[in-house]
Amino acid sequence: MTDTQPAAVPSPTPSPERDPQRAPLLKVTDLVRHFPIKGGGVLRRKVGAVRAVDGISFAVHPGETLGVVGESGCGKSTMGRLVTRLDEPTGGTVEFEGRDITHLGAAAMRPLRRDIQIVFQDPYSSLNPRHTVGTIVGAPFKLQKVATEHGVKRAVQDLLELCGLNPEHYNRYPHEFSGGQRQRIGIARALALKPKMIVADEPVSALDVSIQAQVVNLLDDLQRELGLTYLIIAHDLSVVRHVSDRVAVMYLGKIVEVADRDTLYSRPAHPYTTALLSAVPVPDPRRKERRVGAAPGEGGGRILLTGDVPSPINPPSGCRFRTRCWKAQEICAEQEPLLELLSPGQQVACHFPENQQSPENQVTTP
Amino acid sequence: MTVQPEDARRPGDAFLALRDLRIHFDTDDGLVKSVDGVSLDLAEGRTLGIVGESGSGKSVTSLGIMGLHRSRRARISGEIWLDGEELVGADPDRVRRLRGQKMAMIFQDPLTAMHPLYTVGAQIVEAYLAHHPGGTKREARRRAIEMLDRVGIPQPDRRVDDYPHQFSGGMRQRAMIAMALVNNPQLLIADEPTTALDVTVQAQILDLIRDVQSEFGSAVIIITHDLGVVAELADDILVMYGGRCVERGPATTLFEAPEHPYTWGLLGSMPRLDRPLQERLVPVGGTPPSLINVPSGCAFHPRCPYAELTGGRSAGERPVLAEAAPGHHAACHLPIADRHRIFAEQIAPRL
Repeated sequence: MTDTQPAAVPSPTPSPERDPQRAPLLKVTDLVRHFPIKGGGVLRRKVGAVRAVDGISFAVHPGETLGVVGESGCGKSTMGRLVTRLDEPTGGTVEFEGRDITHLGAAAMRPLRRDIQIVFQDPYSSLNPRHTVGTIVGAPFKLQKVATEHGVKRAVQDLLELCGLNPEHYNRYPHEFSGGQRQRIGIARALALKPKMIVADEPVSALDVSIQAQVVNLLDDLQRELGLTYLIIAHDLSVVRHVSDRVAVMYLGKIVEVADRDTLYSRPAHPYTTALLSAVPVPDPRRKERRVGAAPGEGGGRILLTGDVPSPINPPSGCRFRTRCWKAQEICAEQEPLLELLSPGQQVACHFPENQQSPENQVTTP
Repeated sequence: MTVQPEDARRPGDAFLALRDLRIHFDTDDGLVKSVDGVSLDLAEGRTLGIVGESGSGKSVTSLGIMGLHRSRRARISGEIWLDGEELVGADPDRVRRLRGQKMAMIFQDPLTAMHPLYTVGAQIVEAYLAHHPGGTKREARRRAIEMLDRVGIPQPDRRVDDYPHQFSGGMRQRAMIAMALVNNPQLLIADEPTTALDVTVQAQILDLIRDVQSEFGSAVIIITHDLGVVAELADDILVMYGGRCVERGPATTLFEAPEHPYTWGLLGSMPRLDRPLQERLVPVGGTPPSLINVPSGCAFHPRCPYAELTGGRSAGERPVLAEAAPGHHAACHLPIADRHRIFAEQIAPRL
């Protein structure tokens, strides 16, 4: 690699997951969020529920980046809103630094808002068009009544500079900036109060490829400089691979697999992860030629999932992926697979995990 | 009507040919040069991928081919030849008859491209009857069901009466493809057909477009910002920047031996699953150009790390597309030998 920057990956230290001394910064246990569906009558009785998040558990350790991937409608954004407490969980617990914050009220949450910040997906709608950049990035100081050493203006300009923006643009409005610059403004605002953790919901998916890389690098640099912990929600598997230490894969409100980045991308255990990875288009025209005639799952072969994600109102019984899974058997419909430790640093919820010791267990036909 | 006779003016034997197409928009802020001199050839049965960032003029080009710039502010010049017929100077009514019949388009967002108050079937029937004035409704409906079945909608005889909101994103995109194909067009333009879709559904749609093309033998233009998607589909690739074509060539050579520094930047800035993990991405610095004040000379020169190597020519003189390898053209002032050396020494190891 011809790179002048100090290496961030691969870290020689053991994965935080296997390091019992370090308590997790964020711990989520059996988190549930059901959105009620009301009937049309006068009483508006509850007739069902969208099971957006249906019992997920994970932990994020200080200094690491957990990437969350999944298709649209799998509950990943709802999960992000729950852990930042922008939404009230239906069940389960969210612990931040060992403290239960699941049902804290707005006033009790306020001091914690300094420590957990969020970066939104759409840099066009997440900035108030009537406020200047100075007001937007300075708002956290005002709301939290934080005194700054040299005044708010100076603090905001420092933040703008940190995020690669020109501090002289303090008085400009969001419409004067490009998409990538706006996303930097969103990041500067999130960083204002020196948070411990940043939840980024699709931070780069609205940006052009060449700009995406700038923002990804910025997130990388900030983590190194400020020791931030990230929870990055995205649907782009190649971006997640680039930024994460560990990756969780969600499907229909459940986590189906959590593993160290390298393990997940080299030996995915859940059939859904395998299918997701094989569906990513690769910028290599030769692979297309190789793929013709290759068996699925090997070489250039691709696993083509059929159909769409089932409705989260009536998820399939047992394993939720069974309706699209080529390995599904009777047990998959009857018994829900639990998220279990498969190998060090890899948890999977599947009755027939892939890529295990015997390589002849490989997929044969989809 | 101003239909050109099939004479020697027809450029080459390409099915679709653009010659120096310019589409400018007169706005209050100034003249926006969205497309500024694009030429291309596309044969039947071939797929052309147009790649570029937002604002590079790729969608404006495709709408121009379809004759969809109705606004009086749009100034179109140049030539568009479709199967021997020139479209820029043609009667709008003639273009309207070709649209949907000989050339069809798949739009990015099927939810906004379909009418929410009409059933999917009714919209496909309309597309069919518009070009088959003698056809009956029953015949059109049978055709609509047949097309929905062809694009893989389950139970097409029942789903034909559903409204767009009753379809999922992937199914809506399939229905759009069915609508575009109902009259067997010879030219299919797909503008970001999978950007709004999830990867697993994207893979299904890309397969469908490929199948449909081999079955109907049509020419396809696929417009996208995702280099992965073009690599899956395209035979030839055209890279656009600031309203102009900066590089054009066969897909394999363009990916393996790209000539233009902008293409290097695009390839270097995307994380790739098929390569070992890089420690850092190499972004293209700066921001995309304004189309009102396009930078002088080479539009890419303010962002180009090699601009100084041209001795000031890149800022003063606009580079022309020149053949760098057989069939592979690039618009760059860097001498070919320098380009190849820089690519081999600095760029290729990072990709």
